[in-house]
Amino acid sequence: MERGSRDYALWSIGIVLVLAFALVPVLWLISVSLKPPEAVTDGRFIPSEISFDNYKSLFEGGIDDSPFIKPLINSIGIALITTVIAITLAAFTAYAIARLEFPGKRVILAGALAIAMFPPISTVGPLFDMWRAIGLYDTWPGLIIPYLTFSLPLAIYVLVAFFREIPWELEQAAQVDGATPFQAFTKVIVPLAAPGVFTAAILVFIFAWNDFLFAISLTSSDASRTVPAALAFFTGESSFTQPTGSIAAAAVVVTVPIIVFVLFFQRRIVAGLTSGAVKG
Amino acid sequence: MSARTRSERKLAWMLCAPAVIAMLAVTAYPIVYAVVLSLQDVDLRFPEEGGFVGLDNYTAVLGSQLWWTDFFNTVFILLTTVAIELVLGMAIALVMHRAIFGRGVIRTSVLIPYGIITVVAAFAWQFAFAPETGFVNGLPLISDEMDWFGGRFSSFAVIIMAEVWKTTPFMALLLLAGLVTIDNQLYEAAKVDGASAWQRFTRITLPLMKPAILVALLFRSLDAFRVFDTIFIMTRGAQDTESVSILGFNQLISRLNLGLGSAVSVLIFICVFLIAFLFVKGFGTKLEEGRPGA
Repeated sequence: MERGSRDYALWSIGIVLVLAFALVPVLWLISVSLKPPEAVTDGRFIPSEISFDNYKSLFEGGIDDSPFIKPLINSIGIALITTVIAITLAAFTAYAIARLEFPGKRVILAGALAIAMFPPISTVGPLFDMWRAIGLYDTWPGLIIPYLTFSLPLAIYVLVAFFREIPWELEQAAQVDGATPFQAFTKVIVPLAAPGVFTAAILVFIFAWNDFLFAISLTSSDASRTVPAALAFFTGESSFTQPTGSIAAAAVVVTVPIIVFVLFFQRRIVAGLTSGAVKG
Repeated sequence: MSARTRSERKLAWMLCAPAVIAMLAVTAYPIVYAVVLSLQDVDLRFPEEGGFVGLDNYTAVLGSQLWWTDFFNTVFILLTTVAIELVLGMAIALVMHRAIFGRGVIRTSVLIPYGIITVVAAFAWQFAFAPETGFVNGLPLISDEMDWFGGRFSSFAVIIMAEVWKTTPFMALLLLAGLVTIDNQLYEAAKVDGASAWQRFTRITLPLMKPAILVALLFRSLDAFRVFDTIFIMTRGAQDTESVSILGFNQLISRLNLGLGSAVSVLIFICVFLIAFLFVKGFGTKLEEGRPGA
C-alpha cells in the first residue's frame, strides 16, 4: 500500500481509532493521579500542574499505616502462588491428556469447560461459611484455593493445545542419540514446552490479579485483602474528601507493570487466548 | 488389557487427580452446599433460628420485585454489551486481519484493556463521567450539567461502556482466530465473480466464521451474566442498576442471610446453565472445541 493513497489514509484512521479506544482510560487515570488534590475536580484531561502527592500518600506511613503496601504485597503473593500451583497441576493434567490414552479424558476436558462457565457468585456463600468454620477466612490460602479452581480450566486448555503441537518423537530420538531420559526431557522437551507454560502462566496471573468478587467476600482486613478490594475501601484524607487522587495513583501503580508485561509478551498472550478457539 | 495400557491409565489418572480434585473442591461441593443452605433458614445475625424451610427462600426471592428488576438489568446489560461487542469486535478483528501495516500496534493496544483490572477500569470510567471530576461533560454535544449516575439508564450507559471497553478485546481475538482459518482463495474467486466487499463479508466471512462467533458469544454471554465488579464500583446498585450477582452478594456477605443468598446463587447457577444449554442445543456440538473463558 502506498503512502498517501486513500486506502492508506483509511487504515491509518482505523488504527488511530482502535488505539484511542484502548488508551484513553489509561491516559486519563495517569492524568488524574498526577493532579494536585485541589485540581482533581478541574475536569481537564491534561493536568495543568503535575504533582506526585497522590503517589507519596499511598506509601506514607510505611508497611503498617499505608493503605496500599499490604494489599499490594497480598496481590503479588497470592497471584504468584496461584500461578505456580495452577501451572504445575495443569501441566500434569495436560501432559496426560495430550500424550496418554485413558478413559475419562473427554470427561475431564468437558468438566473443565463446565467450570470455566461456572458463576463464581454461586460458590461465594458456601465458601464464606466453610472458610469461617475451618479458619481460612481472611487468609491467603482462602483466596488461592478458589483462584486455583477457576484458573485451572483455562490453564489446562492452553497447555493441552500447546502440548499437542510438541513433536514428542524428538525425546526418543535424543535417547537413541545417547541422551539419558532425564537429559532428553530437560534438553529437548522442556525448551519446547516452555512457551506454552509461560503463556498459561501469564493468563492465570492476570486472572488472579483481576479478581474482585472473592477478594471482597472472603477477606476482612489487610491480612489478605488484595488491591482491587482495597481500592473499593479506600478513604480520603478526611471523611469529607474523596479519595479520587489516591485511587487513581494506586490504579496506575498496579496497571503500568501489567501493561508493560502485556506489551512485551503480546504474541504469546494472543496465542494463549485463542488456543483451541477454532479447533482444539 | 495389557500391563502397559494399565500402567499408562494409572499414570494418567494420577497426573490428573490433583487438578480434578482442586476443581471439584470449590465447585461441586459448594454448589451442593449452596442448595442445602438455600432450603434452610440460615441468617448469621440470628444464629439461634434456623431449620429446614423447604422452598420458602425460593418463593421469597421469586416473589420479590427486586429479583425481577435485577434479572431484567442483568439481561439488559448482557444483550446490549454482547451485541455492541460483536459488532466492534468484528470490526477490530477485520482491521487486525487485513491491516497491511500497524498490525503490532493494534494487537498491542487491544490487549491493554484485557490486562487491566476490571475494578481499575471501572474507576477510570467513573472518574471520567462523574460531573465533579470528569472530562466527559466538557466534551462538545454533552451537557455540562449531565448527572450520569443520577439516573437509571444513563448509569447503564456508563456501565455498558466500561464493560464493552474491558471485554471487546477478548471478543476480537476469538473472532480473529476464526477469521484466519478462512482460505483467502475464496475471496479471490468471489472477487473475480464480481462480488462486492459487503457480499464477500456476508456470504463468505460470516457463514464460515459461525463456529468462532458462537464460541465468542457463548463465553461473553456467560461472562456478562455474572457482571459484578463494574456495577459494584460505579453505583453499588443505586438507581435500580443492581445485577443478580450484586443481589446475591448483598444477601450473602452484607446481610449474612445465607439462606436467601444461597437461593439467589442457585437461581443464578440455573440461569447460567440454561444459557449454556440453549447455546449447545441450538447450535450443535461445535462449542465443545471452544476454549474456556478468561
